[in-house]
Order: sequence, then C-alpha cells, then structure tokens
Amino acid sequence: MFSVARRSVLRQARAQLRLSQPVTVPQYSALSRLLSTLAVLEQKDGKLSNSSLVAISAGTKLGGSITAFVAGSGAKSIADEAAKVKGIEKIVYVENGSYDKGLPESYAPLLVENIKKGGYTHILAGHSAFGKNLMPRAAALLDSQMISDIIGIESEDTFVRPIYAGNAILTVQSSDSTKFITIRGTAFPAPEVEGGSAAVEEGVDPKADSPTEWVSEDLAKSDRPDLGSADKVVSGGRGLKSKEEFDRLMLPLADALGAAIGASRAAVDSGFADNSLQVGQTGKNVAPQLYLCAGISGAIQHLAGMKDSKVIAAINKDADAPIFQVADVGLVGDLFEKVPELTEKLKAQ
Amino acid sequence: MSGLRILVPVKRVIDYATKPRVNRAQTAIETTGVKHSMNPFDELSIEEAVRLRERKSTPIAEILAFTAGPAKSQDMLRNAMALGADRSIHVVVDEKSPELEPLGVAKLLKKVVEEQKSDLVILGKQSIDDDAGQTGQMLAGLLNWSQATQASKVEIKGDMVTVTKEVDGGVETVRAKLPMVITTDLRLNEPRYASLPNLMKAKKKPMEKKTLEDYGLDVAPRLKTVKVTEPPPRKGGVKVEDVDGMIGKLKELGAL
Repeated sequence: MFSVARRSVLRQARAQLRLSQPVTVPQYSALSRLLSTLAVLEQKDGKLSNSSLVAISAGTKLGGSITAFVAGSGAKSIADEAAKVKGIEKIVYVENGSYDKGLPESYAPLLVENIKKGGYTHILAGHSAFGKNLMPRAAALLDSQMISDIIGIESEDTFVRPIYAGNAILTVQSSDSTKFITIRGTAFPAPEVEGGSAAVEEGVDPKADSPTEWVSEDLAKSDRPDLGSADKVVSGGRGLKSKEEFDRLMLPLADALGAAIGASRAAVDSGFADNSLQVGQTGKNVAPQLYLCAGISGAIQHLAGMKDSKVIAAINKDADAPIFQVADVGLVGDLFEKVPELTEKLKAQ
Repeated sequence: MSGLRILVPVKRVIDYATKPRVNRAQTAIETTGVKHSMNPFDELSIEEAVRLRERKSTPIAEILAFTAGPAKSQDMLRNAMALGADRSIHVVVDEKSPELEPLGVAKLLKKVVEEQKSDLVILGKQSIDDDAGQTGQMLAGLLNWSQATQASKVEIKGDMVTVTKEVDGGVETVRAKLPMVITTDLRLNEPRYASLPNLMKAKKKPMEKKTLEDYGLDVAPRLKTVKVTEPPPRKGGVKVEDVDGMIGKLKELGAL
C-alpha cells in the first residue's frame, strides 16, 4: 500500500505543501496520515531511558504522527509517564516481564507484530546498545534495509549518516516501505518531557520465546554525569601511563568541571579506564559543550567519536599531535604538570 | 554433534589507518590505489574461531571463511586461511556492480549457512567503512537463531554458549544453545599475525569461487546514495602558552 502511495499524486501534493510549510508541522493531517512513526522507547528496571526519547525528536522532525512503544514489566506505568512527552500522539505498551532485558530474539517478533498492526512507515530507535542489537533483526524480519546512526533527516525517505568513522557524510534515499532507523543521540535535541497528553493503548503480544537467556550484567556505577549526554567531558589517553595516574589526574579534573569521564581506546586497552568509557568509532559518540582531553594523540577512530563537540581543548606534549588540528584550544605541555594545575585553578574559581 | 562447523564472514575494507577521501563527483569514497585490508573486527572473528579450536574444549569440525566482494577480496580469504581457517568461499561480485548492503549479505549468508550446515557464525560487529553494524543481527533474525552482539568473551560447553557482551555502561552476559550468531567487539581477543609458512600453506587450502547467481538471490540495493560529502571542517583553533591561557580562552568560547 505504501509503496504505491509513494508514487501517488497525493504524495506529490504533500511534497508541494511542504515547500511552503515547515516540515515539522503536521497540519495537513489528511495528507500526512500516510507517514506514521513508531518510536521504540527503551526501559531499564521499570524506568524510561531518557536517552531513547531522541527517537521522538527525530520523529517530530520527520512530521506525521508519532506513536511510542514500550515493553516490559511496568510498561503501563512507563507509558503513563511518557504520555507527557511532547509530540507523541499515542503510546503502545506491552506489559510482560519477559521483555525486560530487551532480548532481540523475542523483542524483534514483538516489534514486528505491533508494526504490522499499526501500519507504521518509520520505525525509529536510539543508536544505543539496545537499538543496535534489536533494530537490524526486526528490519530483516520485515525485509527492510535499516539505516544506522543517522544525524540528519532531509525528507521522509532521505537520511544523512556518517560513514568511515565520520570521515564522510552519506546521504541515502530508502525505497523500503517500512524504514528502520537508529538515531544518533547527540544529533537531535531531547524532546520536552512536559505538556504532552498521549493516548495510552495496549499493544499485541505474540509471546515469542527467546532461545537466548539473560544471565547477568555488570554496569559501572558512577555519580558522574552520563558520558553520552554530559555537557562536559574530560578524556584521557595513553599519555596518562597507568590507571593510578589516570584516576589521580582525571577524576579531580572531572569533579572540578562537573564533567563525565571518557577515554581513548589506548587507555581502555591498557586498563586505565573501563571499556564503557571509550569514546570513538567503536565506543561512544559524544558532542558535549566542552571536550577536554589530555594525553590523546587524536587518531581517526577517536576523532570519530568527539569531533562534533562544541569546544575541544587538548593538552599534549607533542606539538604535532593530530588532536591539535581539531582542538579549539591547544596547550603543548606535560599533562602531569598541566592537568593538576588546571584542576587547582578551576577549583579556585 | 560431530564437531562445530564455524562460518566466519570477512570483508575487504579500506585500511583503518588510511584517511578516506571523497571523490570529486561526491558519489563515493575514492578506493582506487588506496590500501585495503581485512575489516579489523573480522580479524577478531577468525582469531576467536581459531582459539576455540585451540582450547580443545569443543571439537571443531571446520572453520570456513567467507567473503562476497570483488576479485581482490580473495586476499582476505588467503589471509583468513593463513590465520587458521580450513577453507573458504568467495562470492565474486563485479567491481562495477553496487556494493552489497547488510540485508543482502545477511540473505546470502543464510544460504551459505544452510548449504554448509554451519552451527556458529562469528562476524565482526561492524565494518569500518559503512559503520552499519547490522549484518550479524539480520542474519540471526533471518535464521531465527540466537544472537550475541559485541562479544568480549565467548565460552562454549557442549552446545551451550555463554557470551559476555559490551553494552552501554558495562557488560552483560547471555547464554544460548547452538546454533547461534556472535558478533565480535574489539575487546574479544588480540589477533595473531599470519606467519610466512602459514601464508604459504594457505595457498594450498581450498578456495571455492561462486557468484550471486549460484545462490539465486535478489540483492538489489534498497538504498540509493544521493551524495557523499566531506564533513564540515573544524575551523583552526589556537595554541595557548599556559594553563591560564587555556582557562581564559575556554571562557571566551563560552565553554566554562
């Protein structure tokens, strides 16, 4: 049905109307009914994961109606809470504890059934571990070529995403009738979490069994801001030489700034910092107001994860380090002197 | 089970240390005359398969390396066999035809799994060119198998597989019965180098050549490249003399 509608006169007409109207205003409801987004929200331990709300901001950009989806034990109360998020028309929830861990073997069929029922054209989720694990599986079940980690939306079928570790920006046009998309969290603003009043509705539950069993998890506990969404990030690399030095120098600096801590792959591989703190192509993508790094040379793979930061500051003893080519503020010097000095002076302010 | 049949798909990509350049027409990345090598995550897949064999806790019937790509991709298979794969299959894709998308590769791999009776597929978590990170999950979905993505530890006892996965904020452990699909994270292992004698031996290992037609699949691309552009360059920054200079400049930029 949608693939026919795609080429229809109606679509043409809608495209015409769009030229004179902001894309985000779903005024022409009769026309924009064709486009309907399902935003897959993530929950953990009965709490909505706020970072997954980026699927709603991206959906708003797309236009058309937005339905949010949440599953797990306590899904109803999460749905009631999420109903206040601006931009959502309806929330579909599936109350079933077997979806708590988001195992894709059962979650993907669940998603597919609810997509079929709702007839959504766009399925959006954050590009988190949950989204990355689930969305390709669900897309394959509906024979759709997913689009990963988008940073921009040009139109309802054209999306922008980084490739080659962010060294090139690809614009692609999808011909699939159901489009599966994961969203880079740092590329879209968080939606307003007040003022909305979405309808809450129960979804279908195919109750598929997962052949995979969740055993345990070990998550780093920290009082610091979350790396992915922090305003400020301080990040250390191989130059810190040991875990003791990393902790001795970087933790106080992070505290002085109220910043999250990140690390380069070299620092993680050498055991200075936990894996989950890795910033880069294969780790986290961050785009804080301030990215302050010390002892990081600035390899392509690291830059991929942080070069969209508003302000980059770097301390490195090698004046030719590639990090200085992207840093707004560079200080050539020994980090073992400069970082403690910086920490003291920041504290004194 | 007489022994585990492991399938390891590998991909030829631009070497990770090379800075990619967008071509003049803004249609793709310039690939001619650029150094290519095996996708780093795929090296980890091969290494893990070989280590499973070396651990001897589970009998391994064979390790089959697979690639779909232009003629030059066979170098990746030779390399995989030098590292320990027993034999390989190369689906030759004409250089001029559009590159396969993850969904197409997953469909192809499903056919290979069925044909070769594989019971464990180990793939890289993403290829460093397209950065999609989809193929393993798509394959698991199409086969309706268990999946464990971003593995940093794999243990096999009998037909039970326990995998530690890298997730946001830490690690998660899942357990599943074979058959399954695993994708590798950088933390999984440290790939070995192929020794010269092994490289010589790999030349004698069987490499089967096939085409997409052999599998009778429609893998026409679903996504059309509208354009490929350079990311906006950051404007040049300044170097400061000392810590006070740094604080001053950061304030000026509104970052403090």
